Amino acid sequence: MTDATPSTKSRASGALTVEDLKVHFGGSRTLFAKGAALVHAVDGVSFSVPAGKTFGVVGESGSGKTTTALAIMRLVPITHGRVILGDTAISDLEKEELRAARRRFQIIFQDPYSSLDPRKRAGAVVREPLDLMQIGKPAERDGMVAELFGQVGLRPEQRALFPHQFSGGQRQRIGLARALSTRPDLIVCDEPVSALDVAIQAQILNLMAKLQRELGLTYLFISHDLGVVQHICDQIAVMYLGQIVEQADRISLFTNPRHPYTKALLAAVPTVHGNKRDRRSRMRLKGDPPSPINLPPGCRFASRCPMAEARCREASPPLEDRGGGHRVSCFLV
Amino acid sequence: MAVATDPLLSVKDIVVDFKTRYGIARVLDHVTLDVNSGEILGIVGESGCGKSMTALSIMGLVPDPPGKVTSGSIKIGGMELVGMQLDSLRQIRGKDIGMIFQEPMTSLNPVFTVGEQIAESVRLHENASPKAAMDRAVEMLKAVDIPEAERRARAYPHQLSGGMRQRVMIAMALACRPKVLIADEPTTALDATVQAQIFDLLQDLQEETGTAIILITHDMGAIAELADAVAVMYAGRVVEKGTVDAVLSAPQHPYTKGLITCVPHLEPDPPVERHELMEIPGVVPALTELGKGCAFAPRCGEATEKCSVEEPQLLATGDKHLTACWVAQQERAQ
Repeated sequence: MTDATPSTKSRASGALTVEDLKVHFGGSRTLFAKGAALVHAVDGVSFSVPAGKTFGVVGESGSGKTTTALAIMRLVPITHGRVILGDTAISDLEKEELRAARRRFQIIFQDPYSSLDPRKRAGAVVREPLDLMQIGKPAERDGMVAELFGQVGLRPEQRALFPHQFSGGQRQRIGLARALSTRPDLIVCDEPVSALDVAIQAQILNLMAKLQRELGLTYLFISHDLGVVQHICDQIAVMYLGQIVEQADRISLFTNPRHPYTKALLAAVPTVHGNKRDRRSRMRLKGDPPSPINLPPGCRFASRCPMAEARCREASPPLEDRGGGHRVSCFLV
Repeated sequence: MAVATDPLLSVKDIVVDFKTRYGIARVLDHVTLDVNSGEILGIVGESGCGKSMTALSIMGLVPDPPGKVTSGSIKIGGMELVGMQLDSLRQIRGKDIGMIFQEPMTSLNPVFTVGEQIAESVRLHENASPKAAMDRAVEMLKAVDIPEAERRARAYPHQLSGGMRQRVMIAMALACRPKVLIADEPTTALDATVQAQIFDLLQDLQEETGTAIILITHDMGAIAELADAVAVMYAGRVVEKGTVDAVLSAPQHPYTKGLITCVPHLEPDPPVERHELMEIPGVVPALTELGKGCAFAPRCGEATEKCSVEEPQLLATGDKHLTACWVAQQERAQ
């Protein structure tokens, strides 16, 4: 699809590369926390996304998927590593340079109820980035907002309404319009449909796919819903406790999951094809993910892994390409 | 559904109205459900369809005012719950009917240990001594697979993980060995692998104790893998019900069909070509603005003129399969 579809801007500008990204929290001695524990929220994550493609990050809570997204957005401090969008190293930008570059990467959040200012009209919410980034002439901006509303399937006259007058799905459309207003190359989508009703999810997912085709957008798609990820993403990384444990294209990952954690995650999802009887035979994990504060040496999944051996508890397996770009970090596969 | 024996819990033609600024909202409109002993009944639908309100009306917890159970009957083991005095109702809640809520953190009391909270219902309902009640609490924590149960019983809710808290909720709900357990989206706040553990636990406990379970969810996958029977709700009405096999393999109501096809299901062997997802256009209507006909008609691709004029009744469209849809009923008749 990359080669066939023409896009409005140069292809390369939307390519995202993340190199050895680390985000650690705490660890410093402050007035209230004496030598607070160090949380390894993201610990050495690398991947790259070609322009116009969708890269999915899945994992459970505490896996670091949202922190990865926020670090790429430069909304949390990066401890180590680089984030490169097109030919710009956005992890190196500071102050005004960073602010100006923000028009190229935008984010939509999970909860459309708390991510819109309740006291601003929908039109003003979408217009704000245009004013801040001085896009177009002030007189033209209202027209641009109306156009954005049309693009996301809202009626232009709905600009005058307040967020509470919209349904959840419509609010997520407003969030999308706002993200699109600066004509970004990359949109980071943090669980964009998780808070929506099932019947509404399809509307938003279809809209996102359509916008990607039309505008050549690159998506970084964070989700815990494997069905949604399988549908919308081209490449998928599975995260566990701050690290990628497996990464592959959508066909390879779902037809041939290699890492025991990926297998367990896939087995945990109830599907309409399943039934009461064969539930029992599925692989199950015990316990909860351990805390990212006191990480054990070795493979981080070893404590819950049904296949773990002694060596898994001693050294961390590297994330290695097992052919065709299918990367796995496990000694046993 | 079974005619031969009386169902354990029978909800018949229940109507719940809420007074709102915009007029009367009929949040439950003649809902009829039967739950047999040892059965798991799933209730699915979008938010606002009345699935949680059905649970609350069974528990006698409809907020009054503004809500009111206007008519209908709810019987457990032959005993009528609608109109029952609060004192008697409190004997039944927690004893005959247990309930697990969505958010374990907000439904546990933060200032009591989880052991005390489980023991409380045993003390109230079985007049057990504090010591005996605490022993039962520990036993229940073991039953829901909490490691080091004696120690965990002395823990406060904030010291436990989300999955652990939901296990405590299940232990609490089952402590008095209820006949019916209502689980209202018991895993929404949990991770996939933990959700699977909780589902396994519910299934195990159900097989051991024979407790009937009403599982409220929006996840058709959960219904497929756990439930025996299913009721699909829309705008306060049951639009389709039947055995899980019948409803999921051959859904009759356009809304049920939409609910199944609009969700991207995890496929073990995904197709290379991706198709656009089916959409259910529009949104759930405001309950104060429902017209005369079928509530789903404005969003339905198959609607005929009759659909917007006359409300379809829930009638048999197959073996152990009922649908409230004019189109499906007509197809059946032909």
